[in-house]
Amino acid sequence: MDMCLAIPGKVEEINTEGGLRIGRVNFGGVVKNVCLDYVPDVVVGDYTIVHVGFALSKIDEETALQTLDDFRQMGMLDQELEGEEAAFARAAAAPQSPCPDGSCSSK
Amino acid sequence: MSENSKAQAPDFSNWSCPLPLADYPTIVMGYGGGGKLGNELVENLFLPAFRNAALENLGDAAVLELSGARLAMSTDTFVVQPLFFPGGCIGELAVNGTVNDLSVSGAVPQYLSAGFVLEEGFPLAQLAAIVDSMGKAAASAGVQIVTGDTKVVERGHGDGCYINTAGVGSLRPGIHVGPHLARPGDAILVSGTIGDHGMAIMSVREGLEFESQIRSDCAALNGLIAQVLDAAGSAVHTMRDPTRGGLASTLNEIAHSSDVGVVIDEASLPVRPDVQSACELLGLDPVYVANEGKVVFFVAPEAAEQVLAVLRAHPLGRDAARIGHVTTEHKRMLVARTAMGANRVIPIQIGEQLPRIC
Amino acid sequence: MKYLTEFRNGEIAQRMAQEIRSIATRPWKIMEVCGGQTHSIIKNGIDQMLPAGVEMIHGPGCPVCVTPLELIDKALAIASQPGVIFCSFGDMLRVPGSDMDLFQVKGAGGDVRVVYSPLDAVELAVKNPDKQVVFFGVGFETTAPANAMSVNVAKRRGIKNFSLLVSHVLVPPAIEAILQSPGNKVQAFLLAGHVCSVMGYWEYPPIAEKYGVPLVVTGFEPLDLLDGIRRTIIQLEAGRHEVENAYSRVVTFEGNRPAQKLLSEVFEVTDRAWRGIGVIPQSGWRLSEPYREFDAELRFHITGIHTHESELCRAGDVLRGAIQPAECSAFGKQCTPRHPLGAPMVSSEGSCAAYYNYGRFLSADELASAGSALTGGSHV
Repeated sequence: MDMCLAIPGKVEEINTEGGLRIGRVNFGGVVKNVCLDYVPDVVVGDYTIVHVGFALSKIDEETALQTLDDFRQMGMLDQELEGEEAAFARAAAAPQSPCPDGSCSSK
Repeated sequence: MSENSKAQAPDFSNWSCPLPLADYPTIVMGYGGGGKLGNELVENLFLPAFRNAALENLGDAAVLELSGARLAMSTDTFVVQPLFFPGGCIGELAVNGTVNDLSVSGAVPQYLSAGFVLEEGFPLAQLAAIVDSMGKAAASAGVQIVTGDTKVVERGHGDGCYINTAGVGSLRPGIHVGPHLARPGDAILVSGTIGDHGMAIMSVREGLEFESQIRSDCAALNGLIAQVLDAAGSAVHTMRDPTRGGLASTLNEIAHSSDVGVVIDEASLPVRPDVQSACELLGLDPVYVANEGKVVFFVAPEAAEQVLAVLRAHPLGRDAARIGHVTTEHKRMLVARTAMGANRVIPIQIGEQLPRIC
Repeated sequence: MKYLTEFRNGEIAQRMAQEIRSIATRPWKIMEVCGGQTHSIIKNGIDQMLPAGVEMIHGPGCPVCVTPLELIDKALAIASQPGVIFCSFGDMLRVPGSDMDLFQVKGAGGDVRVVYSPLDAVELAVKNPDKQVVFFGVGFETTAPANAMSVNVAKRRGIKNFSLLVSHVLVPPAIEAILQSPGNKVQAFLLAGHVCSVMGYWEYPPIAEKYGVPLVVTGFEPLDLLDGIRRTIIQLEAGRHEVENAYSRVVTFEGNRPAQKLLSEVFEVTDRAWRGIGVIPQSGWRLSEPYREFDAELRFHITGIHTHESELCRAGDVLRGAIQPAECSAFGKQCTPRHPLGAPMVSSEGSCAAYYNYGRFLSADELASAGSALTGGSHV
C-alpha cells in the first residue's frame, strides 16, 4: 500500500452511511465501499480515482479516451513518413541508367 | 519430543549466517511467510538440530527408504484466518496441502494423519463442517485419513482451530523429481491462474475486505500430476506447488536449489482480471500471492507442448501456460521480462506479505 | 482495469520512447518527487528507455522516508503501550526506528493493525471503546483528505478514543528547497499527479517563473510517465519554463475544492523537519487548534526517547537526489529489505526499495545479459 496509490473504479451505487456519502465502487471486478464526500458531482456510472477509501477526482472519460488516442498516434505518422522519405533518398542515390526504359545494355 | 532431549538455548555465535536470527530474538509473523525469513529459521535452527540427508534437500516431502520401499513423507500445518473463506475452508486446505506436497515429490499419496488443536469454546457445528469437508476432500483425492489426535487449549490460546496433517505415499518408480533437478533449457509451465487463493482470503480478511467473485483454488492435484507423469515421465524434472510466498518464492527457491537462472515472461503469466484488480487495490503483486491448487513444472523442452496439452485437457489445468525457461545466466535469480520490454529481477519475498494465508 | 491497463501498453510505450529519443538533443536532469512515480519508473524500466543523456533524479517522494526518526520512535512507543490499538498502512510495519520496528512491537504483544483506510481506524475506535485507537497518518497531500475526514468524523460523532499521529509533508516547499540548495542540478520536475488531483496546480506557476524550470503534472502508468517526460523535454529544448498538465483526465487547475476546504479547517501549515534533509519552513501540516485534541503526540506524552540514526545509512543523500541508491556503500550489503538501515529500503515508496526489488543491484551489463537470456531462447 503506498501513499500515492490511487486507482480508477466505476461507481455502481450511492448511499449514505454514518453521515457520509458512500459509493459502491467496482475496480475491475472487485467492489469496495468508498467515501464520495469529496466528489459531490460524481454520480452512478462515473469513473473516479480512489485513494485509501476516498474518491479524490472524477475521471473525465472523454479526456481519457482522447489522451489514449493521442498516445496511439505518437510515432505512427513519423513511421509512415520515414518510409516514403527513405525510399525517395534511396532512389535519388541509386546509379542512374542512361536508358531508364531498359532498352540499352546496363554495362 | 522425548523427555531425555532437554532443549538448550541455541548458541548464536556459531551460526554462519551473516545476519543472525538474533536480529529478532522472538518469533515474528514474517517467519511463517514462506519467504526468506522462514527459510532462515529452517536453515539456522531446524536443520542443524535435526541434521540428516533426507531433510537437507528441503523438498516439499522427504524421500525415504523403508524396508526396501521408496516412500515420500510430508507434513503441513494450517493456521488460516478466517477458517471459512470463498472457495473452501481450513479442512480441505489441510487435506489437499499434504496430498499436493506428496504429489509434487513424485509420490502417490495414500495415507494421512490429522492433528487438531482446538480452542475452548469453538462451536461444534463449525468443527463438524470442517471435518466433513476433510472427509470429502480425502475421498475425492483417493486418500485415507488413518490416524489423528485432538488437543484443546484454553479460550484465547488457539484462534478456533489449527490443523496439522502428515502424509505418506509410495514414490512412482522411475520418477526422480526435486527442486535441485531443474536444468538449463527446461521449459517452465504453470497449471493455471496465480494469486486466487491469497486474494480470496484477503477479500474476507478484517480491515482489508472487499467484494468479488474470487474463490480459493484449493484442490488436490494428484490426479493432474499423475496424468502429466504418465505422459512425460522422466522429462519432468521438478514440480512444486507455489503456496505461501507465491510463484516468485517457488521459482527463486528452485533457482537456488538447482543453481540455475530462471527467466519468465510477465505477459504470459495467467492471472484472473479480478485477482489483478484486487492486487492493484491492495498494492500487491500476484507473483507473491499464495496458491493452493496450482503446480509449477520444469520439463525438458521437447516435452513442453505435450505436458501443456495434458494440463489443458484436465479440469484443473484449463488455464495452464508456458511462462519461461531455465538458463545458465544470472544463477540463483529470477528475472522477468516486463510488458515494457525491460528486465526486472524478482527477489524472494522477505517475510510476510499476507499473514495467515494457509 | 479500465483507465489503467490501457496506459500500460508496451507497444505504444516503445513508440513514445522512440519519440523522446528523437527530440532530446542535449543532456537533461529531471526530478520526480513522488515515490509512486519512482517505483513505476524503476519497475517498468522507463529510465532504461530514455536517451542516454536524460537522467531521472529521484526526489524525496516517500513521506515515510522523510518522517523524522524521532516521530517513528514515538509511534513505536505509543504502539507498545497497553490498551492501545495502533493502526497504519501495511508498509509501515517494517520501517526501522532507532531500535525496532512495528513488526517487533507486534511480536512483543502490541496490538498493531493494518488498515486500508483511516476511516477503518475510526470504526475500530467505535467498536473498542475501552481502547485508545491511534492512526499513523503519514503522507503527502494525497492522503491528507482521508486523514482530515477521519478526525472530522471523530469530532462530529464525539469519538473520544481516536487520535491521529500526524506527519504530513507538502510538495511545493520541497521543490523550492531543492531548487534553492547549492549545487542543485535538477532542471525540471514531474509533479505528482495524485497530489495535484487534490491540490490542483495553481501553486506552481510562481515557482516555474521564479526558478525558470518546467513543471509538468504527470500520472503514474508507463504511458503517463513517458508523456510527462516527453513534454518536459520539449519545454527544456525550447527554453520554456511553464506549468503543464499531462494528467488532465484526473487533474484540474483548481484541484478538489471540497477537499481543500476541509483541509484548511483541519490542518494548519507548520515548519517541518525532513529526515535527511533538514527543516524546510512551512512544509508540513499539523492539526489545527479546533482539532488538536485528536493529536496523538499531545495525547500520549512520550518521553525518554533516545534517537540515533544509523551511521552507514545515506537516506538523506538518496532523498535529495544527490546519489542513486546503488551508489550507497551499504546498498545490498548491510542494507537490504530484509535488514533495512533506513526507511527508503523498506517503504513501498522508497527509492532504495525500488532499486533493490526491481533488481538494480545487478550491474547494467548483468541486467542486459539477463535480457539476452530472455530473447535467446526459442520459446519464452
